[in-house]
Amino acid sequence: MTQTSKIGLRAWLDAEVPNSRLHATAIQFYAGWLKLLANPLAFIGFLVIVLLVVCAAFAPLLAPHDPLTQDLGARLLPPGSDGYLLGSDELGRDIYSRIIYGSRITLLIVVLVAVTAPVFGLVVGTFAGYMGGWIDEVLMRITDIFLAFPKLVLALAFVAALGAGIENAILAIAITAWPPYARIARAETLTMRNSDFIAAVQLQGAGTAHILVRHVWPLCLSSIIVRMTLDMAGIILTAAGLGFLGLGAQPPLPEWGAMISAGRKFILDQWWVATMPGLAIFIVSLGFNLLGDGLRDILDPKKSKS
Amino acid sequence: MRRGVRRKVCLPMSKSSSIKPPAALEVAALNVYFGQGSERFQAVKDVSFKLEKGDSFGLVGESGSGKSTVLRAISGLIADWDGRISTDGVVVPRHRNKAFYRRMQMVFQDPYASLHPRHTIDGILSEPLKLHGIKDRDAKVLKALDDVGLGKSFRFRYPHQLSGGQRQRVAVARALMLEPEILLLDEPTSALDVSVQAEILNLLNDLRRERNLTFLMVTHDLAVVAHMCQKIAVMNRGEIVEVLSVEQMRKETPKEAYTKELLTASRGYDPDFFSVA
Repeated sequence: MTQTSKIGLRAWLDAEVPNSRLHATAIQFYAGWLKLLANPLAFIGFLVIVLLVVCAAFAPLLAPHDPLTQDLGARLLPPGSDGYLLGSDELGRDIYSRIIYGSRITLLIVVLVAVTAPVFGLVVGTFAGYMGGWIDEVLMRITDIFLAFPKLVLALAFVAALGAGIENAILAIAITAWPPYARIARAETLTMRNSDFIAAVQLQGAGTAHILVRHVWPLCLSSIIVRMTLDMAGIILTAAGLGFLGLGAQPPLPEWGAMISAGRKFILDQWWVATMPGLAIFIVSLGFNLLGDGLRDILDPKKSKS
Repeated sequence: MRRGVRRKVCLPMSKSSSIKPPAALEVAALNVYFGQGSERFQAVKDVSFKLEKGDSFGLVGESGSGKSTVLRAISGLIADWDGRISTDGVVVPRHRNKAFYRRMQMVFQDPYASLHPRHTIDGILSEPLKLHGIKDRDAKVLKALDDVGLGKSFRFRYPHQLSGGQRQRVAVARALMLEPEILLLDEPTSALDVSVQAEILNLLNDLRRERNLTFLMVTHDLAVVAHMCQKIAVMNRGEIVEVLSVEQMRKETPKEAYTKELLTASRGYDPDFFSVA
């Protein structure tokens, strides 16, 4: 019974000629999935992100210790010690547990920045590029002003104004991260604003909002997504930098960047304190980069099965 | 032959009385400009012509003569123009409204550029219906595909999965979704393979006959004009040099020297030109 329904589903997804909008969308997703499976590096990236999400979701089940409980008798134990898989830090907290719980903070940062900065940049950039004239001038000069500040310094200023804490750090990162997306989106928009398919939809009486959302955005999206996945490593590190300066995640929180900062003092004698969270950042950043590269191919229907 | 006779009858009537219905499309003293300030350049100078309902009118000329610009100004894609454009006797507003677009649509030159690469054929064809709040979209999309000779198997494909001729059929279907009365054709076959050109031209001719459409066609290909149009206007440097009937063109009896030159050039190889003594 299950076997036949599975075959039926496979046939449905493999159909050459879709017979409904839903069917066409399903086929497209299935083709994207196959494309992801066919690209081993992108699939590894995908698995890393899935692993990150699983860690964040099931942190209490996966972590053997409480990430905040201190045990000064078991401080600075090397990796592989009894009950401390990746060793313990200067306050005797299990590094493995802290990394598992830290994935929640990392995911929070990544998701919140990813849903704010690129979207805002996309809106500003496509609107400026499409409208042209003085609107373009004003919006792009504002973008330039944001771009001219060093990212961390600007984030520092925002956090100083808004108050320390992980939420404000995320907000500050988002505010400083959008200008490059606006630049990319504007450049992409300029290449297509005079194209015939935009003219064709103008001649159907479509308004600016419709043209931007339905026609311009889909073509900007792949470069935005690729840029976004490549930026993720930098975003995690900026959050860590803010944490190090005492303006991001506050001390007991197991934020990976803050853990590196804390381990800095022992880097020569107890290398694992800084290295383990560093490896976590490295793996997650690499995962995002690999996935981003693969997504570029998957999002392009010209490369999907035809 | 019959057409010529009818026109002779029409001519005095239009002068003396208003019984005759207004022209489907009338362009009077159209000037179009590009650029701003001291860079402002006049691309089209004082162009006037008139299309009756059901006419097929050709604008011909070499590249840069401003023929496509005239089309784009009529459709509203170029904002910097003056003069008077009216459809069925009603002057079109400077900011074109949806009612205007339901009356007039355009088919673009390059079917590789005029279809959105990320939209399915279904999305492309149903979009004008959505924008104008027209119901019963599924049936209309299927009928439109059928009308242009594409089966329903094309419905959920992407433009890159289609050949140039098939794409241009989709572009024609899209232009007809809103059931316009006037179709602006901007060199609809020049980007296509010669073998496909005739198919598209025949399709357009059939559709015009079935739906009593009015065509304004821009092309540099005189053979296409001869196949499609009854009247042609020859353009050079942004001005209409001469308006002549297709019979006059076929007999090569134009009044203007430039038209003669263009007709000669369209024959390609000219033995007289090369037989230097």
